[in-house]
Amino acid sequence: MIILENINKSFKNVKVLNNLNISFEDKKITVVIGRSGEGKSVMLKHIVGLLKPDSGRVLFNDIDLNSINKKELNELRKKFGMVFQDGALFDSINIFENVAFPLRQHLKLSEGDVVKKVISALNDVGLSGIESKMPAELSGGMRKRVAVARALILEPETVLFDEPTTGLDPIMSDVINNLIISTQKHFKYTGIIISHDIEGAYKTADTIAMLYEGAIIEKGDAEKFKTSDNPVVRQFVTGSMIGPIVI
Amino acid sequence: MDFILRYFEKIGLFVLYIINELGSLIIYLWNCILSILRYSVNVNNLFDQMAFIGMDSFYIVGLTGLFVGMVLSLQAYYAARIVGVTYMIGPTVALAMTRELGPVLTALMITARCGSSMASEIGTMKISEQVDALEVMAVDPFYFLSVPRIIASMVMLPIMSIVTSLIGIFGGYVVYKFFLGLNGAVFVDMIYKYIKLSDIYNGLLKAVFFGIILATISTFKGFEASGGSKGVGRVTTQAVVLSSIYILFADYILTSILF
Ligand SMILES: Nc1ncnc2c1ncn2[C@@H]1O[C@H](COP(=O)(O)OP(=O)(O)OP(=O)(O)O)[C@@H](O)[C@H]1O
Ligand SMILES: [Mg+2]
Repeated sequence: MIILENINKSFKNVKVLNNLNISFEDKKITVVIGRSGEGKSVMLKHIVGLLKPDSGRVLFNDIDLNSINKKELNELRKKFGMVFQDGALFDSINIFENVAFPLRQHLKLSEGDVVKKVISALNDVGLSGIESKMPAELSGGMRKRVAVARALILEPETVLFDEPTTGLDPIMSDVINNLIISTQKHFKYTGIIISHDIEGAYKTADTIAMLYEGAIIEKGDAEKFKTSDNPVVRQFVTGSMIGPIVI
Repeated sequence: MDFILRYFEKIGLFVLYIINELGSLIIYLWNCILSILRYSVNVNNLFDQMAFIGMDSFYIVGLTGLFVGMVLSLQAYYAARIVGVTYMIGPTVALAMTRELGPVLTALMITARCGSSMASEIGTMKISEQVDALEVMAVDPFYFLSVPRIIASMVMLPIMSIVTSLIGIFGGYVVYKFFLGLNGAVFVDMIYKYIKLSDIYNGLLKAVFFGIILATISTFKGFEASGGSKGVGRVTTQAVVLSSIYILFADYILTSILF
């Protein structure tokens, strides 16, 4: 179980996370929704220790991320996969090597096994025959999918997706959503997905949470969101300009 | 009056900045050493960097050595002719190259060529979250990016410094024999007579230090990048300027200790 406890985080004078409390259940998919600029990516970076909270704790199976040293943190991180919002592919190596990177760093596989795994991972995200291309030669959506393949290749215990379907066409979005669902069924990871795509969230999520003004204002299953009487949630899920959210 | 004060204030601030950076650099270098102890060295990246700093820099470093050696020979002739000791031109060129110009010029050229690219490469990785991605994939950025560059630079600088010195001496010889029309054998014999092994060792030891300095500063500056392309440009400039200053400063300190 991953728990964020009373997290506060400001950049300069701007408060981004305001006493944020949320827990992510093991082996379930939690989708966090919220408006652009609300601090969703910032929240995700706290979970893997890329950002440190000004106050509050991040607990991973009861281990406080702040209380462990760098080496222990690295051991912990081996259990994580992460898709960055902009992909964060290594731009100096080709697609094949990008996806193979975690394998080469952490497992001692034969070259044949690496090739097999990488090709199949790329196939799963609908990309084949682009192994030798460089990241700069791909479209944004293709890069995103390579990032998904890279995040899943070590079959981690926890996978964080920062907007995995943003920038994809509707069909590809569905492919990625289904890939997340099927891989999660298959190797039972804890999935944390950031998304704006409310339909996709209904489809993939066991739990949905909404981040608003630095805190979680609603958490529950899809049904709860569809029928929520919180006006902020209602406005967001219906995608209306009119409502309590100031634009 | 006021503007003079302000001028000194600026100098003071600059000195403070240099010293302040020194503190951060020492901490950074210490972290790199810790990372070697924890994760050892990434051999693939090390060899890539050694090729980049060594083989790929051959022409620029060789050309620098050649011209400096040739100029030295000419300048030494100008002075030596007055007192009639033109046979000392060989040792003058050789000593200047091995003790001083070989290591320093190599270090400055490699800073311009490789230090700048270390800073901008790591800087770009930093602002595009590639460094974050490395960290999340449980790969220590010191292990993957810094340490290979620092060790490669430390190993290759003395080697490139030998190259520079040798080519410089060769350039001096060519000018001595063909341009000034003096006896080439004297040039070589006098070098053997006056140059000691310690001159060469100490020059190489300097080069080792310069290598550590330039790669440590350049990689460190890369990690400091923030913002966008402007941020990368800024740290690249800082890397080259700071490295050059520290190299010249260290050169003075080392020379006064070693020789
Ligand atoms: N490194 C940083 N330095 C300064 N401010 C930052 C930094 N990272 C994020 N912020 C600020 O924090 C706020 C939240 O950013 P964040 O990227 O988490 O938004 P988000 O919810 O992920 O938005 P989006 O859906 O558009 O990706 C923004 O106002 C942003 O300006
Ligand atoms: Mg974001």
